[in-house]
Amino acid sequence: MEEGRSVKVIISNNSEVPIYQQIKNQIKDEILKGNLTDGELLPSIRHLANETGVSVLTSKRAYDELGQEGYINGVQGRGFFVAAQNMDMLREGKIKEVENKFSEALKIAEMIDISNEDLKTMFEILLQDKGR
Amino acid sequence: MEYLLEVDGLNKTFKGKKALDNVSFRIFEGCITGFIGVNGAGKTTTIKSILGLNFPDSGEIKIFGKCLKDNEKEIKDRIGIVFDNGYLYEDLSIEEMKKIIAPAYSRWDENVFRSYLERFNLEKKQKIKTLSKGMKMKCALALALSHHADLLIMDEPTSGLDPKIRKQLLEIIKEFVSEDGKSAFFSTHITNDLEKTADQIIMLDQGKILIDEDKDVLLEKHALVKGDKSLLTHDCRKLFVSLEEKGFGFEGLTNNRAAVRNSMKDIIMEKPLIEDIMIAYAGR
Repeated sequence: MEEGRSVKVIISNNSEVPIYQQIKNQIKDEILKGNLTDGELLPSIRHLANETGVSVLTSKRAYDELGQEGYINGVQGRGFFVAAQNMDMLREGKIKEVENKFSEALKIAEMIDISNEDLKTMFEILLQDKGR
Repeated sequence: MEYLLEVDGLNKTFKGKKALDNVSFRIFEGCITGFIGVNGAGKTTTIKSILGLNFPDSGEIKIFGKCLKDNEKEIKDRIGIVFDNGYLYEDLSIEEMKKIIAPAYSRWDENVFRSYLERFNLEKKQKIKTLSKGMKMKCALALALSHHADLLIMDEPTSGLDPKIRKQLLEIIKEFVSEDGKSAFFSTHITNDLEKTADQIIMLDQGKILIDEDKDVLLEKHALVKGDKSLLTHDCRKLFVSLEEKGFGFEGLTNNRAAVRNSMKDIIMEKPLIEDIMIAYAGR
């Protein structure tokens, strides 16, 4: 079986996020950033495990779940490939995440009575900072 | 990935005492599985049952998806075996020993064998009784790995070996499973060897399987917890597998890291070693 390219996955052993989840998140991020593209071959389960120092069962679980969620495809005897059309899915997921964070922020603002005007001002300042 | 080894409901009684109590587990291809437990836990009895060297009272063993009883020859052709206190004949040379073992395997590969001897600095004319313990283990490994086996089964291969030879041996095992479709299964009480190499940990205690888990998940679930004794409420105590109360505070191992983090404040949590986990569970 040909070896897939190396992927940027860095595992923290002190994190409260489970290791398989860390792998999933980082591969998703790499896809979203365009560092991994449609049809690209990922490292084999054993290769990923060796390189990151995790067990093959953990890397298998990460790949299995990424497969179920449509980010990658497993091809018998050939390996795992980045799936097509997941850019939209990923983007939509991230947009949802942004919306959720906004509503969360709004809830907190409501709790301590921040006016809509003040909120808008805050947001303007943040946008300006981001533009710099 | 497929299962290379499936053990289902093994029971065995020795002189009225249960040596194996409903032992079941599975081993995926591509995995290094560490089989741990204190002395007398039943590890060797299990391994002998897997290899058909003793007969359990009940239970079933499948290797490469086939029942051991009906396909013994075919299955054993694809297994490499290493035992701690060798099945090597002391008075023979390495070459003579090979001549006994090689014909038993249909896929014996003389080139592979020779390259292992070279790598291990072994001379084929050396008498086995003149070899050091480490050399004997390397010789046994060379004999076990030269017929393109798919499953490597070892009983305490690292016991009594110095750290450098153990490291070498573990590297060979890692190399072995990096090929497609291979697995290694070995018993050990030197859990240190498993921290970096194992994918799956199975723990046997008093003939029962107490742990069967992905190594990473096992280490994520458990934590060493230290703190003041006043924190140990009735409910908190239930979160611990083992708990030791000392003069200044307590120290314990939890199998529910998340719950401890949520319900106990001002504690120190550390990542356990596999050894900490094994000791906490043994003989409970």
